[in-house]
Amino acid sequence: MELPMVDLTDADEAALAGERGPAVRFAMSVVARMAPFFGADELLDITAAHIDSTVYMGESTLEFAERLVDLGARVAVPSTLNVSGVDEHGWRQWSVPPDWAMKAQRQMRAYEAMGCIPTWTCAPYQTDYSPSFGQQIASGESNAIVYFNSVVGARTERYPDLLDICAAIVGRVPKAGLHLRENRAGTIVLNLDKVPTALACDDSLYPVLGHFMGSRFAGHVPVVDGLVNRPTDDQFKALGAGAASSGATAMFHVVGHTPEAPDLQEALQGGEVPVHTVSMSELRTAREELTTTSDTLVDVVLLGSPHFSVEEFSRLRDLVSGRRCHESVQLVVTSSRIVREIAARNGTLDEVLRFGGKVTVDTCPLTTPMFGSRETRLMTNSAKYAYYAPGLLKASVVYGSLSDCVETAVSGSIRIDDSLWR
Amino acid sequence: MVWKGDGIVAVPGSASGVLLASDQPLSFWGGYDPTSGEIIDRRHPLSGRFGANAILALPATRGSSTTTAVLLESIRSGFAPSAFVTTSMDTFLALASVVGAELYRKPIPMVVVADGHLAELVACYRDSSDGSLIARLETNGAITVGRQ
Repeated sequence: MELPMVDLTDADEAALAGERGPAVRFAMSVVARMAPFFGADELLDITAAHIDSTVYMGESTLEFAERLVDLGARVAVPSTLNVSGVDEHGWRQWSVPPDWAMKAQRQMRAYEAMGCIPTWTCAPYQTDYSPSFGQQIASGESNAIVYFNSVVGARTERYPDLLDICAAIVGRVPKAGLHLRENRAGTIVLNLDKVPTALACDDSLYPVLGHFMGSRFAGHVPVVDGLVNRPTDDQFKALGAGAASSGATAMFHVVGHTPEAPDLQEALQGGEVPVHTVSMSELRTAREELTTTSDTLVDVVLLGSPHFSVEEFSRLRDLVSGRRCHESVQLVVTSSRIVREIAARNGTLDEVLRFGGKVTVDTCPLTTPMFGSRETRLMTNSAKYAYYAPGLLKASVVYGSLSDCVETAVSGSIRIDDSLWR
Repeated sequence: MVWKGDGIVAVPGSASGVLLASDQPLSFWGGYDPTSGEIIDRRHPLSGRFGANAILALPATRGSSTTTAVLLESIRSGFAPSAFVTTSMDTFLALASVVGAELYRKPIPMVVVADGHLAELVACYRDSSDGSLIARLETNGAITVGRQ
């Protein structure tokens, strides 16, 4: 048995025949060959894209990008850029090998040469270039995919690196999956009635709930029900990033608070699905899974995956103001150049730097070798960092709230306040 | 012969290699080292095994959209699996194969099997976890597993 072929329009066929140049031919050939894997029998137009192919993984990703530029590639729709492989102007402060920096910068130049917007962030939805409700888009970066679908209400499938840029060049994607309303209905309800309000309002719930949702209900469109207060954008961000890391979650609903879930019925599009009441003991177990060590010491407190927002800088400023980071600990914040500039102008950046914190932009330690190869004991408030750091950084990880992270950075040994989790 | 079955040809080609099988999906980003082929997701049952030139049987990929870039890099460096057996039309694996074919003339064959077939492959693999099983994939989607 073999896969069926996709039905192409005359314009698609012309693109495939090279009438719009060799880059469009290459990109259309990839999009058309991939369409059957998404279950599509035709393509549809997109009006924006977010490109994750920017991540430098070695010679192959650079060769791919420069090959597209050599072919004359230009994006057909406004396209923001995800993190790159290097902090373009700040890499010398870290252990990044010069050869890596040079090649990762060449890859940055290549995507800029295709006409993309140099946002260099994994939180593009917190920039002025975010798409809006109902737009058909092509997004890479798992946390951006889930945020766009769930919180913004823009529509994207889970596009892998290399395909996102091909879709942006042709302005077409497979007509399938989450591009279509019927596939956006919730498939399981997660009831949070047993979660105390104090925890439901606390930032530290959301990475854990995300990790729980992704690892236990992979492949689902979960519907979170029972949250009285609207989560903040940063809480939504943490929820999505946790779920996208541990599962392949590409969309969730939060009843009453996300745009396609004004009520439970609407979130389910009238369907009947199982209801799972989330217990505190399940959440405690999920929280414990984000910690891999019982070591009481820490080398690096790492914040900002997805990239730190302006509001998160303000919260951090409130916690570190007038205090000093312990000499044995580095506190590192990863963010975007746009947010760092705003934080510099509103004074929050200065307070973080005075505390002894360091900020890197454009990238993050998961995609740039900024800590060298030594084994690192990390503490983080991010489920995404907690999930990937053991494999990518050979690091041990302790998960805690932002406040736990700051108390640990000040004292030099792990400080965790468990009171909300009992 | 230890096991025989077949599936839908997602990316055509023939291949053979040591069988690695798991019922757990894998994110290649953070889960696979493209410079050695080692499976480095310490939460995955195949952690520490080497996927280079192996027939890798998994339900699907999971998590990061960078899985494709990691696979492309492993194709370039020669540390990619020689074929994939999955239970879903995994777009990340397929894309790596499509682009790998374009850039390096090295597609990775991929066959999609029924859930039950994967469960049987995992059982075979567990029964002889010394890595002595060799799997062979034919262009028509037939898979055979035998001893070295």
